Amino acid sequence: MNNYRVRVTVRLQPEVVDPVGATVEASLHNLGFAGVSGARVGKVVEFALDASSLAEAEKNAAAMSDQLLANPVIEDHEIEVTEAVAGAPA
Amino acid sequence: MKACVIVFPGSNCDHDAQHALSEVAGFKADFVWHAETDLDGYDLIMIPGGFSYGDHLRSGAVARFAAAMGPVQEAARRGTPIMGVCNGFQILLEAGLLPGAMLRNAGLEFRHDWVGLRTERTDTMFTSASEPGQILRMPIAHGDGNYYADPETIDRLEGEGRVLFRYCNAAGETTPEANPNGSINNIAGITNERGNVLGMMPHPERASELILGGDDGAHIWRSLVAHLEAVPVG
Repeated sequence: MNNYRVRVTVRLQPEVVDPVGATVEASLHNLGFAGVSGARVGKVVEFALDASSLAEAEKNAAAMSDQLLANPVIEDHEIEVTEAVAGAPA
Repeated sequence: MKACVIVFPGSNCDHDAQHALSEVAGFKADFVWHAETDLDGYDLIMIPGGFSYGDHLRSGAVARFAAAMGPVQEAARRGTPIMGVCNGFQILLEAGLLPGAMLRNAGLEFRHDWVGLRTERTDTMFTSASEPGQILRMPIAHGDGNYYADPETIDRLEGEGRVLFRYCNAAGETTPEANPNGSINNIAGITNERGNVLGMMPHPERASELILGGDDGAHIWRSLVAHLEAVPVG
C-alpha cells in the first residue's frame, strides 16, 4: 500500500453565477485595485490517501469527487494525485 | 394520518414542523432520527430546515447520505407526499429528488424576512386550499437560497408547471426587488415530475398560527390533509 497526496479543486461551472466571486471583485475595486474582472471563488480539498497504485488512487479520488466533493449540477472539479514525499507531513 | 419529521444533527426547524403538523394540521407527527431505515406507514415526510452537519462542504451535501434518505427515496417513488423546507429543500436537491442546486444568496447576505409568495397553481396536493395567484406571506431565513438550474431544466420546470411558489411583492408581481436571494425566475418552491415532492425555501411551519405573525402556511397543511383524505397512502 502506498500513500498519495490528493488535491481536488472545485469550481463553479463557468456559466453559473458566482455571488462570492462578484463580491470579492467589488471589494477589490473598493480597495482601489483597478482592472480586476472575472473573479471566481472555488475551493480546494486536500487529503492523504492509501492506495495500491497511482491509478487506484486516481480512481478512488474520482469516485469521491463525483459522490460528495463536487455537485455536478453547478460545479466542475480537477483532481491531482501525487506520490507522498517520504518524511513530509501527511 | 401520520407524518414524520426527519431530524439530522443541526436541524433546527424540526420542533416547529412537528408542532405545526400535529397542533395545526392534525397529523400524528413523530420525530424520526436520521439513522432510521423504516419510514413505512407515514402519509407525509417532512425534511425540516436548519443547518444539517453544519452546512459543511455544501448545504445538504452530507445529510443526503443519511440512512433515512434511502426510505425517503423509496417513498418518493411510491408517491408519498414529501416536503423539504429550507435546508430540507437543499437536501432534496443534493439527493437528486428535485432538479437544480442552491447558490449563495446574491449579495451574500443571510436573509431573514417575511416574503410574499405567489401561488402559481392550485391543482396540486400542496396548494389546493389556496386561490389561483393567492399571495401567501411566510418567513425566510437562509444564506444559500439562490435557486439555480441550467436553462433546459428551467424550461422544463416552467413548461410542466412545477414551480408552485414565486417570490412576489404585495401586488403579486415577481419583481427583482421582491426576490430576496437571486433565484432564477423568482423561484421559491418546486415539485418533482410526479408532483409529490415539494421543496421550498420559505417556512410554512413558522407561519401556521396568528400568534407567530401569520397563518398563511396553514394553506399547505389544509391542502395536504384534503389530498390525503381523498387518496390515502402509506
